[in-house]
Amino acid sequence: MALSDERRTALEADAGQIIGRYPRSRSALLPLLHLVQAEEGYVSADGIAFCAGQLGLTEAEVTAVVSFYTMYKRRPVGDYHVGVCTNALCAVMGGDAIFADLQRHLGVGNDETTADGKVTLEHLECNAACDYAPVMMVNWEFFDDMTPHSARELVDGLRAGADVAPTRGAPRLCTWRQASRILAGFPDDQAAQGHTAGHATLAGLRIAKEHGWEPPAASAAPAARPGAASRGTASPGPAKAGTPKASAAKASPARAPRPGPVEGGQQ
Amino acid sequence: MTSVLTPELTARWDEPDSFTRAAYRRGGGYRALAKALEMNPDDLVQLTKDSGLRGRGGAGFPTGLKWGFIPQGDGKPHYLVVNADESEPGACKDIPTMLANPHALIEGIVIACYAIRADKAFIYVRGEVLHVIRRLHHAVAEAYAAGYLGSNILGSGFDLDVVVHAGAGAYICGEETALLDSLEGFRGQPRLKPPFPAIAGLYACPTVVNNVESIASIPYIISNGAADFAAFGTEKSKGFGIFSLSGHVTTPGQYEAPLGTTLRELLDLSGGIRAGHRLKFWTPGGSSTPLFTEEHLDVALDYESVVAAGSMLGTRSLQIFDETTCVVRVVLRWIQFYEHESCGKCTPCREGSYWVVQLLDQLERGEGSEADLDKLLDICQNITGRSFCALGDSIESPVKSSIRYFKDEYLEHQRRGGCPFDPVASTLFAGELV
Repeated sequence: MALSDERRTALEADAGQIIGRYPRSRSALLPLLHLVQAEEGYVSADGIAFCAGQLGLTEAEVTAVVSFYTMYKRRPVGDYHVGVCTNALCAVMGGDAIFADLQRHLGVGNDETTADGKVTLEHLECNAACDYAPVMMVNWEFFDDMTPHSARELVDGLRAGADVAPTRGAPRLCTWRQASRILAGFPDDQAAQGHTAGHATLAGLRIAKEHGWEPPAASAAPAARPGAASRGTASPGPAKAGTPKASAAKASPARAPRPGPVEGGQQ
Repeated sequence: MTSVLTPELTARWDEPDSFTRAAYRRGGGYRALAKALEMNPDDLVQLTKDSGLRGRGGAGFPTGLKWGFIPQGDGKPHYLVVNADESEPGACKDIPTMLANPHALIEGIVIACYAIRADKAFIYVRGEVLHVIRRLHHAVAEAYAAGYLGSNILGSGFDLDVVVHAGAGAYICGEETALLDSLEGFRGQPRLKPPFPAIAGLYACPTVVNNVESIASIPYIISNGAADFAAFGTEKSKGFGIFSLSGHVTTPGQYEAPLGTTLRELLDLSGGIRAGHRLKFWTPGGSSTPLFTEEHLDVALDYESVVAAGSMLGTRSLQIFDETTCVVRVVLRWIQFYEHESCGKCTPCREGSYWVVQLLDQLERGEGSEADLDKLLDICQNITGRSFCALGDSIESPVKSSIRYFKDEYLEHQRRGGCPFDPVASTLFAGELV
């Protein structure tokens, strides 16, 4: 790492703080790798040497860990790491189309960076937001319910330096290096801002409220509570008499317009 | 009408400040902690056993029993590690839980650590969720400031430190022993069991590894009693949990309901399959659980009934696919995922996943034969049960079940020399200008 003495001193102080969180120093390796990635934008040979030096490990031992985890990059990444989920459900819902379209639009392949150094495109595995499929991530913030059109707009905005905010996340999109620093355990000041829940997160709660169903603790004593123990036996079979066999599979009205996500309040 | 949904963990997610200590306390939060700290730790373990709570991370192992395996008076440090590495395709409940209500998790952690006599806990959260990680750090800091963490918690003499630890992109670290290796700073590879983590876990010390939703369910059980929680659900699958509905449905999202709820009930409530289409196949518990079809709409979604019907409840990740979807394409994509995420330690999983992908790829392109289906099943049979962890076993679930229910669709690909489906028809934006 071509580090100034000043930067090295600062990094060593950060490293000391990380190591201090753990009963055994080697546990600090993953956050230390996030830390050196924050410093240089990727995990360089110098970054590996720094981690090895801090933990008393060999560079081979550290490299073996780096190569196991997909979030550590061995080549420079653009300011914005743009991920498109192409795991089965997102792929079917449009992730494949979005990823193919973005490759054409940006003129890059998987895991490649645009010539202006702004955007690195990569296809992702499931990012735990299937209820918002197709999902994209920019520097590990959620962009939900995407289409090829909204995906093109997103990357164009990123490249033009526009203010781009995630669908569910902090109001200010971090750069790749800033995000890596948060992963190392040094959060920025945005925790109390941004979104708390999106439309899908709240779908069940909204329907429960429409029916006037109270939270379990707020309802009557167990013996008298509706629903309590009412599922008695575990045998499969029609849950309710009179439910038409195919009612759940029937066609239904078009997907309702989606309300915006809940914004978190300032503290 | 009886309550099909029972919002408890999800009850206050629509409040704009739901993630704060103030909002959590407004809803009665941290009262369970005060109550628990006045109890004997062993009684808390018993209470959790009595509640019937089973691990919400997929395996369904009784939580209280897990806690009870921790040897007491052994002179070693004990640890609680929260598995917040939610990565199973289809699973999307823990991430919104931590984004909207991280304090339920923190309160559960303190109670669990007091019960198993641990003074250090780790939240191992997947790295790819930046705002969730911010919220966890924020909640931990708020809890320290209020005296819910740190030394002499609420004057009880009990001390606890919590560390938020971000992973770095590896599905296998959701397997509890791989997670422990990763937390120790190694490649995340599963360990041979026994010894189980309760005896030799983190740093070879007694360790409980619990899922986010399991731990976040603890405050309710302490506040309302084991019998109250056990009054929900079915005979052997107690309580309520979050069901995650995704895919070709009118209203995807998180639905908290008693175990034993059916997919038909959830779809009836939420507007059913997307307009103009019908259900083709679905997973009850994520990609690792064998497929269900329309004939399983009334299967009670509890551990026993789902197994009796040929699948597993897993993480209650209900991925719904309609008739526009090619099942071969979906299964291929899942197995490509397992191939990518196989840690490489065990040969049957590492090599087997590679061969299954080759065969499925040929079949999807219409360049295979009926004999390839037998070969697929044979390879799967040679992977299952022959690796350290369940990742290898997961490969068989979608392959075997899809051949069972949709064999002719595989063969139709071969007859036509290609996929008979239009991929555009299955997208969210089908028919719209994009």
